[in-house]
Amino acid sequence: MTPPFETAWQIRRRARLLAGLGWGGVLLACLLLSAWVSEAYPAALLAGLPRVGEYFAKLVPTLHWATLFGGTKAEGSLAYWFYRLDSWAWLLFETSQMAALATLGGAVGGLLLCFPAAANLAPNRAVYLLCRRLLELFRSVPDLVYALILVWAFGVGPLAGILAIGLHTVGATGKLFAEVVENADMQPWEGVRAAGGTWLHGVRFAILPQVLPNFLSYTLLRFEINVRGATVIGFVGAGGIGQELYQVISFNYYEEISAIVLLIVLVVAAIDLASERLRGWAAGQGTP
Amino acid sequence: MNEPVLHLRGLTRRFGAKVAVDDVTLDIPSGQMVGIIGPSGAGKSTLLRMVNRLLAPSAGSIRFGELEVTALSGRALRDWRTRCAMIFQQFNLIPRLDVLTNVLMGRLNHRPVLTSLLGLFSAAERAMALQALERFDLADVALVRAGRISGGQQQRVAICRALLQEPRLMLADEPVASLDPRNAKVVMDALRRINREDGLTVLCNLHDLDVARDYCDRIVAMREGRIVFDGRPDTLTEARVRGIYGADHGAGTEPALT
Ligand SMILES: Nc1ncnc2c1ncn2[C@@H]1O[C@H](COP(=O)(O)OP(=O)(O)O)[C@@H](O)[C@H]1O
Ligand SMILES: [Mg+2]
Repeated sequence: MTPPFETAWQIRRRARLLAGLGWGGVLLACLLLSAWVSEAYPAALLAGLPRVGEYFAKLVPTLHWATLFGGTKAEGSLAYWFYRLDSWAWLLFETSQMAALATLGGAVGGLLLCFPAAANLAPNRAVYLLCRRLLELFRSVPDLVYALILVWAFGVGPLAGILAIGLHTVGATGKLFAEVVENADMQPWEGVRAAGGTWLHGVRFAILPQVLPNFLSYTLLRFEINVRGATVIGFVGAGGIGQELYQVISFNYYEEISAIVLLIVLVVAAIDLASERLRGWAAGQGTP
Repeated sequence: MNEPVLHLRGLTRRFGAKVAVDDVTLDIPSGQMVGIIGPSGAGKSTLLRMVNRLLAPSAGSIRFGELEVTALSGRALRDWRTRCAMIFQQFNLIPRLDVLTNVLMGRLNHRPVLTSLLGLFSAAERAMALQALERFDLADVALVRAGRISGGQQQRVAICRALLQEPRLMLADEPVASLDPRNAKVVMDALRRINREDGLTVLCNLHDLDVARDYCDRIVAMREGRIVFDGRPDTLTEARVRGIYGADHGAGTEPALT
């Protein structure tokens, strides 16, 4: 005769094992189903691999040692490869400016919406839900989709790109900001409100000083993401280097593709590094 | 004196099924220093928070002279909060802002919203803040971040902030529970000073019976949300103390910390 505890324990263990197997099976079925729907077969993968290699081989520019540092007319030189460096540099600058403006504008929108969208500060449930849903709405539409619509409305060019990335950024930063606010220490808030301060006073003096370093950090992180976003948003005509990249890809100007991609990688890496430094500094500001 | 009296009538607050404050009726004349004592969970904090309207009462009324406090909202409610300043156990300062700015928070409701939001205070107000800080030996930390000074100093900064509200009433919720005995004395002395010198009514939650006896004109004891004693400190006999804190509270032992 086993003691009742032992029996209960055995039953529970068996139930857990069964549940684990059951859910594992469901997960496997889902994975297989999605592979089948998206036609992600191993055979297709194997067949495609060599073609990826071929494409990359075409992208490699022809460079000659003898003329490597020659002028733009000398075939096989770096200058020949990057013969439109001036206009590409300008386009890259435009791209990073698009990202910067969109991040700034979007973060301001997120800042305005995050306080009523934080459960601890929202004046009432209706306002809270409204602001949360609004942020979700902004966030759930990818910036590329916004760009498609805005290019149609505002015409081809960077303005559409800035607005598209900015709109998505409102939702993305707003949600993160709201979560930072929800973790804020509420004692200063109570102090300000008890002294007769308004809701805005509480936000400005009790909450903002606590959350600002985190906000800055998240904004910079978003800026890094938006720089990447801005490089491809030109594919749909929304300005920046992407528009140029799209053209050279569709015309199969292989050497220009590799030149532009290389420049993008360099610029994105440089911006990432600088922004990471700034984020480290911002995190240091977080301690009282 | 012709100053208004604070009337609490049948004041009740429920949290779900729990009755935190149960039908409390009290009259507090102007200028008194009242200690509210009682075991943890007796409803002391809830009572004070209702007076400042940080919490809404479930039933009953709060009147200050002719002013029906329970009916206030918006601007009038903020004016009321400004008139009855509040001190907290954890000081509730803004640790990242300097001491002077923290003290100036007491002026928020005296300024137009826009200038106060920008943190613009007048020279007169800064002088007022500095004067308050000087009065409690804090002038030398005026520009230090509030999070960097000691607990005793922080609580005195909180008292300065409260004074800048130019209040009629001072509510203090366990003002010395987070402080060592020496700092506790300094802070209690400060509260008594504003009571004696400025004539402010002080309502003070205290878990330490001896502190309450030393400083207060009147002691109100609560248990399970109700008032179980109300009188002068010398009438609070050992037998009555046992009644407040329960039978196991022998002579000389400290009541449980809140
Ligand atoms: N926000 C709240 N939600 C639920 N219950 C609460 C809340 N605040 C206080 N209470 C309950 O009300 C009772 C009185 O609490 P409190 O006023 O803090 O007592 P005291 O300050 O005397 O220790 C306690 O039982 C506490 O658990
Ligand atoms: Mg308490």
